[in-house]
Amino acid sequence: MRELTYAQAINEALRQCMRRDERVVLLGEDVGVYGGVFQVSAGLQDEFGPDRVMDTPISEAGFVGGCVGAALTGMRPVVEIMFIDFTTVCMDMIINQMAKMHYMFGGRGKVPMVLRTNIGAGRGAAAQHSQSFHSLFMHIPGLYVAAPSTPYDAKGLMIEAIRNDNPVIFVEHKKLYVEKGPVPEEEYAIPFGKADIKRRGADITVVATLAMVTRSLRAAEEAEKEGVGLEIVDPRTLTPLDKETILESVKKTGRLLVADEGHKTAGVAAEIAAIAAEEAIEYLKAPVMRVCSPDTPVPFSPPLEQAYIPDVKDIMPAVKRLMEYA
Amino acid sequence: MKIPKKTLLDLYATMFRIRCFEERIVDLYARGQVPGLAHLYIGEEAVAAGVCAQLREDDYITSTHRGHGHVIAKGAELKLMMAELFGKKAGYCKGKGGSMHIADMEIGILGANGIAGGGLPIAVGAALSAQWRGTDQVTACFFGDASSNNGTFHESLNLASLRKAPVVFVCENNLYGISVGQFKHQPIKDIAIRATSYDMPGVVVDGNDVFKVYEAASKAVRRARAKEGPTLIECKTYRWRGHHEGDPNQGRRYRTQEEIDQWKAKDPIERLANKLMEDKVAGAAKLAAIQKEILQEIDDAVAFANSSDFPAIEELYEDVYVEGSAQ
Repeated sequence: MRELTYAQAINEALRQCMRRDERVVLLGEDVGVYGGVFQVSAGLQDEFGPDRVMDTPISEAGFVGGCVGAALTGMRPVVEIMFIDFTTVCMDMIINQMAKMHYMFGGRGKVPMVLRTNIGAGRGAAAQHSQSFHSLFMHIPGLYVAAPSTPYDAKGLMIEAIRNDNPVIFVEHKKLYVEKGPVPEEEYAIPFGKADIKRRGADITVVATLAMVTRSLRAAEEAEKEGVGLEIVDPRTLTPLDKETILESVKKTGRLLVADEGHKTAGVAAEIAAIAAEEAIEYLKAPVMRVCSPDTPVPFSPPLEQAYIPDVKDIMPAVKRLMEYA
Repeated sequence: MKIPKKTLLDLYATMFRIRCFEERIVDLYARGQVPGLAHLYIGEEAVAAGVCAQLREDDYITSTHRGHGHVIAKGAELKLMMAELFGKKAGYCKGKGGSMHIADMEIGILGANGIAGGGLPIAVGAALSAQWRGTDQVTACFFGDASSNNGTFHESLNLASLRKAPVVFVCENNLYGISVGQFKHQPIKDIAIRATSYDMPGVVVDGNDVFKVYEAASKAVRRARAKEGPTLIECKTYRWRGHHEGDPNQGRRYRTQEEIDQWKAKDPIERLANKLMEDKVAGAAKLAAIQKEILQEIDDAVAFANSSDFPAIEELYEDVYVEGSAQ
């Protein structure tokens, strides 16, 4: 099958949705002429014009709130927030407005919009351009949270996100944009709430998100050499979360490691660990381990940043500890 | 500006309807029949009535925490409003929203809003949506003096003017952001001057004179519909009650009785009634007949709310998401 990068796969999803549905519009900072800082919307303004692919002022509350109003009145906007760090300046629009309107209005009105953004350290961009606080959106009822780890998933989840009648926070990972993988040319939607097992293994369930999937797959190669089988479960959407697939795997392996680039405290990994404790503790042979970013801001200096980013170097010691329990 | 007789009587009815609705809430609130918070619009009726009289049913409004007047003027059903305020299942939001979240997409009410300044970007988005969909719908955006200090005010005026979005920004300057007087929360007297920064017309009107509001809104709506861009209208007005029902002594901790009385003397409804009688548009008997009909509507709304059920506990979990995938 033809290969695309993660960025190209999302671009193709946007292009196909915009061709099929006039209600789909794209807004954000530098998404037009520039094509987005990660080139996710490259070429789209050429095809669809400056009204449907709109370069906005640097004014996140204004244009994210604008998308809420547009979605309420029949459009299907896709808005880019250049880095997840910048969602903080439009959090009222996300948390108090887009997430709550359907419920607060008793089902009157819906907000079918997609907010694209990205997480991830590793580009020397320091503490305000590298964060991974996607778990925050998982905490808010009314939002769906998609988190693709491959080009294939990115395209299929984006098409589903645009077709979905609910507001979706679409979390991308900036280290994945250049990663290549097979992507079908036709339109396809990946339903929300369906995890994908990226690798089968008998000994440890590794629930991994976004770039942690790639990193866990590398760790799995190493573990295999030591005779340990990792089963990599990629939830693909954090809300809704496919608890069934996660728990099924945990019940099989009896060991759970959760790998997520968010901070360890009160994060995605903490939530998944809690679910295992509540619903599958009798199957666990070992304590649940979390491999996450430390509870510090993202540092700038390259050796500090490399130490900060959770990777194989952090996964392998956790694997060893888990295997100490028979 | 020559206003047709029917419109004049409609304006009177709308303002009287808002006043009576709010006065009934005062009573019901004091007797503990309305739970939660209620921010009343008494004294500001001319603003909502004058602006909404210029809108079509398919035009949009965004509203505020003090939203009863706006939604009544846009055509909301009193029964559904009252039931909502009672927290009943038959209410506008099935009892999930209450006073601050009345919405009715069918008649363009995109929601009252509990966040000061929260409605402004949403209004601009609805206006952009009309542009994308190729309609001539206009959005009226209500907000207060205090919200004009919020970033969303500036971001919204900037974006709307940049895109020539069909929005009418209606600032209800009632002189207080909760307890903080305008002179303490901003260094300017006329908020309308802020329009200059965004290259749009800004006008100040007497918000207690429904004719002035109606006329300013007429120009602004015409301009928006003609795709010439947004306008900022500042309506100087005053809330008679406290910030919310329960604000001690109707806000006399931060304002004087004398000031309240001065504004009560400028009662927009009395001014309109006097004008209608002076100009022989309607006599006292005609106005009394309108009043009687509205009082009956309010009684009916209260009876409807009283006779409705509270939502079942299972409904707590409903409508978090739109069920089923779209399209």
